[in-house]
Amino acid sequence: MNTPLLNVENLCIEFPTRRGTLVAVDDISFTINPGEIVGVVGESGAGKSLTGQSIIGLLEPPGRIAGGSIRLNDQRIDNLPENQMRKIRGKKIGMIFQDPLTSLNPLYTIGKQLIETIQTHTDMTVTQAREHAVNLLEEVGIPAAAKRIDHYPYQFSGGMRQRVVIALALCVNPLLIIADEPTTALDVSIQAQIITLLKKLCKDHGTAVILITHDMGVIAETADRVAVMYAGRLVEVGLVRQVVKQAAHPYAKGLMNAIPSLTKRVEKLTQIDGTMPGLKDIPNGCAFHPRCPDCMDICREKRPELTDIGPTQVACWSYHDCKH
Amino acid sequence: MSDLKNSTADIAKPNLFIDTLKRFFDSDIFYSFCHSPVTIIASLLTLLIFVSALGAPFIAPQNPFDMGSLDLMDSHIPPVWAEDGDSRFLLGTEDQGRDLFSTILYGSRISLLVGFSSVSFALILGVSLGLISGYLGGAIDAVIMRIAEVQISFPAILIALLVDGVLRTLIPEADVEQLAITVLIFSIGISGWVQYARTVRSSTMVEKNKEYVLAARVIGIRPVFIMLRHILPNVMGPVLVIGTIHLAVAIVTEATLSFLGVGVPVTQPSLGTLIRIGNDFLFSGEWWITIFPAITLAVLVLSVNLLGDWLRDALNPKLR
Amino acid sequence: MPAFIIRRLLQSMIVMFFVAMVAFLMFNYVGDPVHQMVGIDTSFEDREALRESLGLNDPVPVQFFRFIGNAAKFEFGISYQHKRSVTGLFKERLPATLELSFVAALLSLVIGLPMGVYAGLKPDGWLSKVFLSFSLIGVSLPTFLIGILLIFIFAVTLGWLPSYGRGEVMHIGWWSTGLPTISGLKALIMPSITLGLFQLTLIMRLVRSEMLEVLRTDYIKFARARGLSNRAIYFGHALKNTLVPVITITGLQIGSIIAFAIITETVFQWPGMGLLFLQAIHNVDIPIMAAYLMLVAFFFVVINLTVDILYYVVDPRLRLDLGKANGS
Repeated sequence: MNTPLLNVENLCIEFPTRRGTLVAVDDISFTINPGEIVGVVGESGAGKSLTGQSIIGLLEPPGRIAGGSIRLNDQRIDNLPENQMRKIRGKKIGMIFQDPLTSLNPLYTIGKQLIETIQTHTDMTVTQAREHAVNLLEEVGIPAAAKRIDHYPYQFSGGMRQRVVIALALCVNPLLIIADEPTTALDVSIQAQIITLLKKLCKDHGTAVILITHDMGVIAETADRVAVMYAGRLVEVGLVRQVVKQAAHPYAKGLMNAIPSLTKRVEKLTQIDGTMPGLKDIPNGCAFHPRCPDCMDICREKRPELTDIGPTQVACWSYHDCKH
Repeated sequence: MSDLKNSTADIAKPNLFIDTLKRFFDSDIFYSFCHSPVTIIASLLTLLIFVSALGAPFIAPQNPFDMGSLDLMDSHIPPVWAEDGDSRFLLGTEDQGRDLFSTILYGSRISLLVGFSSVSFALILGVSLGLISGYLGGAIDAVIMRIAEVQISFPAILIALLVDGVLRTLIPEADVEQLAITVLIFSIGISGWVQYARTVRSSTMVEKNKEYVLAARVIGIRPVFIMLRHILPNVMGPVLVIGTIHLAVAIVTEATLSFLGVGVPVTQPSLGTLIRIGNDFLFSGEWWITIFPAITLAVLVLSVNLLGDWLRDALNPKLR
Repeated sequence: MPAFIIRRLLQSMIVMFFVAMVAFLMFNYVGDPVHQMVGIDTSFEDREALRESLGLNDPVPVQFFRFIGNAAKFEFGISYQHKRSVTGLFKERLPATLELSFVAALLSLVIGLPMGVYAGLKPDGWLSKVFLSFSLIGVSLPTFLIGILLIFIFAVTLGWLPSYGRGEVMHIGWWSTGLPTISGLKALIMPSITLGLFQLTLIMRLVRSEMLEVLRTDYIKFARARGLSNRAIYFGHALKNTLVPVITITGLQIGSIIAFAIITETVFQWPGMGLLFLQAIHNVDIPIMAAYLMLVAFFFVVINLTVDILYYVVDPRLRLDLGKANGS
């Protein structure tokens, strides 16, 4: 078995507030293999973005990593000093943000921003860096890249800007890209293009991707594996095909049933009753139990651990019973 | 993260007073107040100056505005602790023989009176014009905003100085002294309405297109009522912040105008007038006439500014 | 020339028109100009003749346009109080005010900008807190009080600096300057600090809050995520973005320095336009008041236009008209 590219173990993220410490990400563990695309799905507030930010070391204060470890190629990166972490950011781990309209500095041409990034991480001269930047822009599908490189961000449309952002994130071939809702702010018609592009580029460059989204459809099309988060915890991790077809955790099942399908005719999309609890009032035991259709006594008392159930890992008491 | 109860309270539009009060004590504002020692000290100092200014007739050993009670023989006496001090005059006396401590108390009264009145004047004028401008739009809006634009190109103090200067020439000589304070309040007020108007106008333009205002219009509620009942409560936060900071500015403006000799008359000296009087004697070593009123003024303005600063930060999300 | 600068030019003209109207109304209706110009023993006929010769019997619009015409040539008649041409008086006083304002503005920019950047980058540092407390005092203390305090310390108590006047000045043509002489420079120190301190603190606070704001934006986060150095992020990306609003406000502030000079000039008996204006207010010298108003308005308009052009240079988004024309 080959070593994973990224290994997150028992990661906890918390926020001190005046009404006590809120645990936003509670003891999650997962791995990413080289070149693999892993989707992280869950409602807003489930802790997806925080997980992504903590991996690249950009967790915003007062948020902080309270426990666990993050390893990249077996090197711990969660406790690196800022100046070493900076060398990893961009070079080994890249990040793409939700809103391409605000991700680019409006006062500089995209060329300047590309060249600056390339030169930060390599020894290229300006001319070489510029050439590389033009190639990258062509690769992400910017027409007339040699001319467009000297344009300012406002001269590009939203979709084009997200392509530029992808070029910026990929410009020195990082091992891993964290894409935090990369298409949410875009037109529906453009979303598919950007996702396809991201997938193709990462396959070409051998880059692994953590794709954070609340859109199960995007993950079903793109990812190899999927991790489902609920109230700061991982509830199910598995191969996409497996999870989409046969989700094990009741919450994941609910999510999958909520995906509209072209092939199946259904009267009404099913929905999960209730809402995810706020960080302040996460219930004891399994966080999902108040909304769970199959809730048992133990669910109210003890928190289920993530356990292997066949090829997938599930945190649910109903499966523990099966195993025993 | 606000809890459920709070968020429903936010959605419900009618801002009942008691509701607001309840939320206030439960709110981040109250919390941030209790946890900012500087703000607490500032509000205590402000309160102290307010109370002693209001209670001046009871606290002050002398009524400095009563010319009959003054004795020129008592003039230019240094503070008690100085060599030639007189136990009757705690902080010494000025050139007319007024007890400086009493005069400062009465002076802060005038400073506060002018400050509050001119802020109220500017606030009412600005908020009304802003509401009208934002709600009605069209030609009225254009005219009001053009005037605001011209006025905002000049510093408030210049406008106040100019209005004050012109008004004084229009008033018959005999009435100048009597009307000086009214003129001053008007000048400072008129120089400060623009900020209120602009803030209120932009919030009004956002609010008036919201469903609840449209609904109120559809069922035939009068515009004036819609503005006062529905739009006004939503813009009060920023207006309050502007008002507090404006109070500090108004007090400084009053002091400055009085210092420049176009403010309140010497017979009823405000802090600025006192500093002006003292300035003439600074070189002869009579520092106390200037320094004590100066300290009072500085502490007052600093405290009000600190309160305003804190209030702005506490209400920040609404202001931005 | 881009459309928006033309628009601003039009706006400036509206401002000037308004101000001219106010000045004209003051000139004609605040008191009787004839009454102010002549002695008590002048006969009614003589007064009427003077009124006729001044054109005060012409229709109001005619008078107004004549006033604007004269204002364009900066002719505002004779000062009631000095019995001299207003133009001559201003020519004499202008260099003193401009010199003072320029030094004060320079001081506030050169010190305020770095202080603001530092306080924005290290919001929790102790030095930032010192800067902030200092700025709060600077904002709260009235200008005249700072002046008096400085005089009390450095002129009265220590006797290091002169408490009033410009010191020795050199005349270059009609311009006079205190900059080349030691006594002129010494005389400039306290007034320029007094005048500049308020603007300094304003600029510092503004730069700080803009810096904090910009550091929260997505493009700064993205720049961090790309591993750029702090230096590149702060001084390359953040600072340039804070400059846009900072230039605007700073421009306006520098404009108001000229107006605030009234107070400083009074405290230090600095022989500039502000002192002239204040004396004019005391003596109801309307021609000087009108002229001062027009002149200050003119300075403001020029500064605002300069700011707009700078804005245009810094922010490419304002060149949108061109970009759209190319088709993108």
